[in-house]
Amino acid sequence: MADLSCTIAGIPSPNPFWVASAPPSDKYYNVERAFKAGWGGVVWKTLGIDPPIVNVTSRYGSVELNGQKMMGLNNNELISDRPLDVNLAEIKQIKEEWPDRAVVVSLMVPCNQKDWEYILRKVEGTGADGVELNFGCPHGMSERGMGASVGQVPEYVEMVTRWVKENSNLPCIVKLTPNITDIRYPARAAKTGGADGVSLINTISSIVSVNLDSMSPEPSIEGKGTHGGYCGPAVKPIALNMTSEIARDPETLDLPISSIGGISNWKDAAEFISMGAEGVQVCTAIMHHGFRIVEDMIEGLSYWMDEKGYQNIEDFRGLAKKNVVDWQYLNLNYNIKARINQELCVECGLCFISCEDASHQAIKMKKHDGSRSFEVIDQECVGCNLCMLVCPVENCITMERVDSGKEYQNWTNHPNNPMAVTETA
Amino acid sequence: MPQTPDIQKGRLSTQQLAQNFEDIHPPLDYGNAILEAQRCYYCFDAPCVNACPTQIDIPSFIRKISSGNTRGSAKDILSQNIMGGMCARVCPTEVLCEGVCVRNTQESKPVRIGALQRYSTDWLMEKGDMLFERAPSSGKRVAVIGGGPAGLSCAHRLAMLGHEVVVFEAREKMSGLNEYGIAAYKTVDDFAQREVEFILSLGGIKTQCGVSLGKDLKLSELKSEFDAVFLGIGLGNVNQLEIGNTPLGVFSAVDYIEDLRQASNLENLPVARRVIVIGGGSTAIDIAVQSKKLGAEDVTLVYRRGPENMSATNVEQEFAQVHDVKIRTWLQPNSWLVENGQLSGIRFEYTELNSSGKLMGKDEFLELETDSAFLALGQKMMHKIFELELEMNSGKLAVDENGATSQSGIWAGGDCITAGKDLTVHAVEQGKQAAIAMDQWLRN
Ligand SMILES: Cc1cc2nc3c(=O)[nH]c(=O)nc-3n(C[C@H](O)[C@H](O)[C@H](O)COP(=O)(O)OP(=O)(O)OC[C@H]3O[C@@H](n4cnc5c(N)ncnc54)[C@H](O)[C@@H]3O)c2cc1C
Ligand SMILES: Cc1cc2nc3c(=O)[nH]c(=O)nc-3n(C[C@H](O)[C@H](O)[C@H](O)COP(=O)(O)O)c2cc1C
Ligand code: SF4
Ligand code: SF4
Ligand code: SF4
Repeated sequence: MADLSCTIAGIPSPNPFWVASAPPSDKYYNVERAFKAGWGGVVWKTLGIDPPIVNVTSRYGSVELNGQKMMGLNNNELISDRPLDVNLAEIKQIKEEWPDRAVVVSLMVPCNQKDWEYILRKVEGTGADGVELNFGCPHGMSERGMGASVGQVPEYVEMVTRWVKENSNLPCIVKLTPNITDIRYPARAAKTGGADGVSLINTISSIVSVNLDSMSPEPSIEGKGTHGGYCGPAVKPIALNMTSEIARDPETLDLPISSIGGISNWKDAAEFISMGAEGVQVCTAIMHHGFRIVEDMIEGLSYWMDEKGYQNIEDFRGLAKKNVVDWQYLNLNYNIKARINQELCVECGLCFISCEDASHQAIKMKKHDGSRSFEVIDQECVGCNLCMLVCPVENCITMERVDSGKEYQNWTNHPNNPMAVTETA
Repeated sequence: MPQTPDIQKGRLSTQQLAQNFEDIHPPLDYGNAILEAQRCYYCFDAPCVNACPTQIDIPSFIRKISSGNTRGSAKDILSQNIMGGMCARVCPTEVLCEGVCVRNTQESKPVRIGALQRYSTDWLMEKGDMLFERAPSSGKRVAVIGGGPAGLSCAHRLAMLGHEVVVFEAREKMSGLNEYGIAAYKTVDDFAQREVEFILSLGGIKTQCGVSLGKDLKLSELKSEFDAVFLGIGLGNVNQLEIGNTPLGVFSAVDYIEDLRQASNLENLPVARRVIVIGGGSTAIDIAVQSKKLGAEDVTLVYRRGPENMSATNVEQEFAQVHDVKIRTWLQPNSWLVENGQLSGIRFEYTELNSSGKLMGKDEFLELETDSAFLALGQKMMHKIFELELEMNSGKLAVDENGATSQSGIWAGGDCITAGKDLTVHAVEQGKQAAIAMDQWLRN
């Protein structure tokens, strides 16, 4: 059986699955249930300085797609709305009762050194394993000069990280906001400030929908709404890309990453780890299905690792990272074409109409008596994959490699590139 | 129907009867309609469209359900088929649109096109929104004979195109077999009449019930009084069995169903303990199942060929079987068995196909006891009602591809013409196509 134990930003954990700082890690009651279910760690719901914040009612909105509920989830909640001491006492208790699990405390306080010192002392008293700096929350707190408004300014990220590292020995993870053009800048800043790792992504600024009767954005608070933070399966590709950006950046290559964003099962987790993450955090999937999903995450990941012969997380961590390259290094002589399995085809015509109207008119529709058949015109097919993606039948359209293994050529030395690097000048 | 010890009314309680005659396919609610709609692939050049006799743009109307454009969805349906509501309830979709849905290949489970069609049309009719408007008046007047699906569809399209229409209907109520023939559990809550109201709300259509061509009206007079005439008179007569004098206890299925559909209280409808149905079409299935639902103890449907030869679809046959109807095949009626003038059983002869494929008796016999028998042997046309010479084809009115009869200015459609199977949806299509052709003719 594969060994799932790991170390994330220097914090040991029995498995790479942590509960992200959010409602599921709000209090002792939930966290105990999470640990009972098997989660390796939690990042406690973000703490601030008393008096606690106040939340509105009507907090979540979601995007449904083809009957799939909560493809994307949006929320307007702020940080913990419970008194600081109550949270701290519960953190202390849970860490004592579950010493083998990772307990990290998320923090967000105003941008001054005094407040950070104050709260760090308090956290140290709980025996927690580390802190996570919430520089990510896109709503409510950023307007008060906290959360994303810090995370969007690399200089602030570096400054606050440095305060924390100078004032405490606790491992420090900086949680990054995706609401920024280039995620590498705040990641570099965190590293320069001394962070032990970064976690990402926090939620993406979003308005999930408008109610066309009341003309209120949703979720609606008495006819009004505000932008909230977007998360859930819909944001996974964004999180995966940002993870790879940091993992590939020469300046942050070795910076530990705890990935977050749309992770719902062991496969998602394995993808992030193969991209270089040391561990993952989950929120929406738990909000949707409860803590019990971790059972499959643990089991599925270990079975897959056994099958592949990976004995521990480090064995496959980062393996996909080296295969992410910049566009100009892709092989322009690689050539694939669509192949339609006539036996599986149900004659829906979707491949035809998508190629016809949106790609390269490379599929021919032939009408027979009462039936139709679809054939790829090889000379026209550019191998874009679109037909394969729209075909509703599993494995009915596949892409076949047709090049004869012509030598690798990329854009940097392609004749069409005015700036090509050629050997003979 | 006279009562005897074995033919009795009130076999079941009011409550039980009400339950038995509930909607056989309850409507989809919003959530389930969305879920079902999302199963549709939105096929290009979709096979289901070609399988719909009225060519409804099925992928389009289903997509509009998922997007929340229910009105547009209903318009897609009704612009092709003004009886989209009834068709959603009565079409044998398993041999039409759903039969060719590409989802069959993959999952053996088609998109429930009929149920979705009902969802949209119900939604619209509840709003009482007649989507369509009439074109400016053409000044032409058309007589439509018969207020069934063919006649109403023709009348609606003619009125839309700007003509004035008068529908002459022999019966008390409009709607033809929708009102008098279709199985009760397919069209509950007086749907047939609500649909008629909906269709007439367009305007430009006058109706006269209780007026019969051949009795109260003459075709030649209508021809001179109106600019054109459409015949949608259906099939008035039923086929009989020629196996000797019919004893008490033998009934026409179509007549009995008519009584059933018009009964204000099903408790007053007598039904036999043991019932034999002779026939192999949907009417046979309908009478068998409805007898069972009325409280008959033992119902057997007997057909002279094999199950695959029955015009009732597989789905209909299974439907009867789950309602505890026994289906026996390769048996043809030979003679009535009679006791005290009352039917006591039927003697059947086993049948087979001879080497040239002709149905033959095998000279082996089987006697089945019963208290009553229903004949469901198909209908035929009453043609003594026209005093003008109209060309016929296999006992029905001969028409060209647009529904024109051999007399200029007279069109026909529905069960009374040769083309098509006898289904509501074909009647609607033929009425519509005739109206389009008549419009062209009237404007020339
Ligand atoms: C028992 C039964 C069950 C059926 N079930 C189904 C089903 O489930 N699904 C399906 O698709 N189809 C079904 N059908 C077939 C379907 O009902 C017919 O195909 C359809 O009604 C034909 O429409 P129509 O307008 O041609 O004829 P009809 O519906 O018969 O209408 C003809 C109208 O003309 C009137 N008329 C007749 N003669 C005259 C006259 N001389 N003067 C004035 N008016 C006249 C009649 O009173 C009647 O109202 C069923 C038929 C029967 C008998
Ligand atoms: C295959 C593909 C190629 C695209 N190329 C361009 C592009 O060249 N220039 C551009 O401004 N946007 C491009 N876009 C983005 C689209 O214009 C659009 O902004 C985006 O897809 C979001 O719109 P949506 O609602 O269709 O998803 C491209 C999108 C796709 C899917
Ligand atoms: S791969 Fe692209 S270009 Fe080729 S047939 Fe499919 S859709 Fe058309
Ligand atoms: S999309 Fe797939 S199933 Fe549909 S016609 Fe094309 S190959 Fe056949
Ligand atoms: S065939 Fe089936 S899946 Fe395709 S458009 Fe018609 S209903 Fe939808």
